[in-house]
Amino acid sequence: MSATTAAPATSAVQRLFVVRELGIGLALVLLVVVTTLVNPRFLSAQNVKDLLLGATILAIMAVGQAVVIITRNVDLSVGSVLGLTTFATGTTFLHHPGLPIAAVFVIGVALGALCGAVNGALIASVRVPALVVTLGTLYMFRGFDYTWAASSQINAADMPPAFLRLGSGAVFGVPVLALVAVVVVVAAGAYLRTYASGRELYAVGSNPDAARLSGIPVGRRVFWAFVTSGALAGLAGVLYAARFGTVDANAGLGSELNVVAAAVVGGVAIFGGSGSVYGAVLGAVLLTVIGAALPVLGVSPFWEKAAVGLLILSAIGLDRALAARLAGRLTVRRARG
Amino acid sequence: MAEFTTAGSTRRHPAWSVLVAWDTVVIVGVVLVAVIGSATIDGVADPRFWRFVTLDVIPIALIALPMTLIVITGEIDLSVASVLGLSATVMGKLYEAGVTALPVLIAVCLLLGAVLGALNGIFITVFGLPSLAVTIGTLALYRGLSFVVLGDKAVADYPIAWTSGMIRAIHGLTIPWFILVVAGLAVAFCVLVYLTPIGRGLYAMGNSVDAATFAGINVARTKFWLFVVSGTVAALAGVFWTLRFASARADNGSGLELSVVAAVLLGGVSIFGGRGGPIGVLAAVVLLGVLNNALQLAYVPANTLTIVTGALLIASVVGPNLVAIARQRWRRRRRPGAPPPAAATAPPPAAVAAAPPVAGG
Repeated sequence: MSATTAAPATSAVQRLFVVRELGIGLALVLLVVVTTLVNPRFLSAQNVKDLLLGATILAIMAVGQAVVIITRNVDLSVGSVLGLTTFATGTTFLHHPGLPIAAVFVIGVALGALCGAVNGALIASVRVPALVVTLGTLYMFRGFDYTWAASSQINAADMPPAFLRLGSGAVFGVPVLALVAVVVVVAAGAYLRTYASGRELYAVGSNPDAARLSGIPVGRRVFWAFVTSGALAGLAGVLYAARFGTVDANAGLGSELNVVAAAVVGGVAIFGGSGSVYGAVLGAVLLTVIGAALPVLGVSPFWEKAAVGLLILSAIGLDRALAARLAGRLTVRRARG
Repeated sequence: MAEFTTAGSTRRHPAWSVLVAWDTVVIVGVVLVAVIGSATIDGVADPRFWRFVTLDVIPIALIALPMTLIVITGEIDLSVASVLGLSATVMGKLYEAGVTALPVLIAVCLLLGAVLGALNGIFITVFGLPSLAVTIGTLALYRGLSFVVLGDKAVADYPIAWTSGMIRAIHGLTIPWFILVVAGLAVAFCVLVYLTPIGRGLYAMGNSVDAATFAGINVARTKFWLFVVSGTVAALAGVFWTLRFASARADNGSGLELSVVAAVLLGGVSIFGGRGGPIGVLAAVVLLGVLNNALQLAYVPANTLTIVTGALLIASVVGPNLVAIARQRWRRRRRPGAPPPAAATAPPPAAVAAAPPVAGG
């Protein structure tokens, strides 16, 4: 769509993105301000740290999910990949206590990337729908996880203290985990915005047939999008082990829909071609903050999930309204010549 | 879209051509599992085994029927398990508040389900929002509301007559009577899909909304009512769930939506719409139920079944596509006069992936 229209259209599209992320950012600020007015301790250093820690793992997975959704696919297996790599991390420490922490990170990310490569290979080369394949691997990866763990549990005592400090430690008050997330987001955001192959992901999601005709290797782009999502879920798995210390086969069970929800709330259109990883991260943070803010605002915590649902519905409604306005503006511009 | 171009040339009647291919494969699978299971696993031949299989299968079969139709039209409803949960908690709350007439409770739950489904339908057909995103939203919303209704409590003190009445066996058999309700609905859905213009309309809009609209089908209205039916049936499953387990809790049926979607896809319904039908889906529901219970009897750990479910799901889409790709390659080689493919090493063109996976049957 944007490929056929000239420069003014591009700027309109860019403005849409700005509006969209500004909107979710404003909602987040508003929520934080109101909650802090009710209870100033909401912004205490400790609470902010807890919020950031809570949002980190969801945010990292949401970045991977955003990359996949932008190509008009979806990755439902991320919760199971997280479970698998979390347990792999624990087991590695249990059996090889001397292994450097960096090596464990590499193992976790590589295992996640391998899972993503399985998804990507099936989707890109055999041309089967991502929803079906990743629903299948959601079951399979979780099944492997259960089989491997055999209902055992790995405790914090089995992991090196330095690794666990990574999960709760902070540099100048900012949690290490949040710093990792920031690096991931900025890297992914810069890649999608400035690299040709990053822009091509949007082209693939906007119109796969047109992308193929214009010479974009659609299959390869989709494959690497899934590898990215898997690798980030793997990274999230390692961080999950560091944060919670106690590891069993149930880590991340059912989290896939939360991850998709974070991306959707952040303005990543479910049918691909638009949105950004920054939006997805804002979505993840907003979902986390809502959970923490409700009790402070005197709302029963039982309302949390319902609030998340309302948020998703209003986010997609807003996207729809913005898209309609943009389409209208483009039509007017084209009519004027 | 690409599917539409190939549909006319390869399939005259989608429902029946699928029936002789994939549906048959799944039904044969059920028979094989039942026969091999009876012969090798102690207890599968026991009538009590089939009683438990039936009890397990009922809620999934119920929800899968309208889900099949929704997926055929190219949409999806992920909120069904949350509708089940909200219907269960509302039933529990009302019972606790002194509503002790079962017909009233059932009527309220069904009405609630219809309203929840209608809400989905309005978002999707009136505002034109994608059903995948909308029903992920209402999945969270409806499940959240069931926590609002009942918190983390459980309502479990229903009269024995209700709870044992719900799972009572048909006279002279071990099979619970509620299966008759499922069977009745199944017949109704099969008639609707295979024998009425409405059913053909579902396939038409699954293949191309534009073409269906030009053919005079009211796409929006049909989809709206499908979501209403889906909500109502999910609420009925909520009533069954509550009385079968004698417990209304906010997390009743949590995660069931993915089991239902898995069964629907394994049953041969294309996630892009336009292909598949209730017979294959019901066979897939039974297949998964029998496999699950038989493997448990054989002391195979539950996680093996998780792996098997996933593998079956992937195989059900990958296998036929590989066959289609291979056939395409073979046809190309046989006709050297035909224009050569753009690049021999490039992935096959869209038409290959869009070709009906069951074309080999």
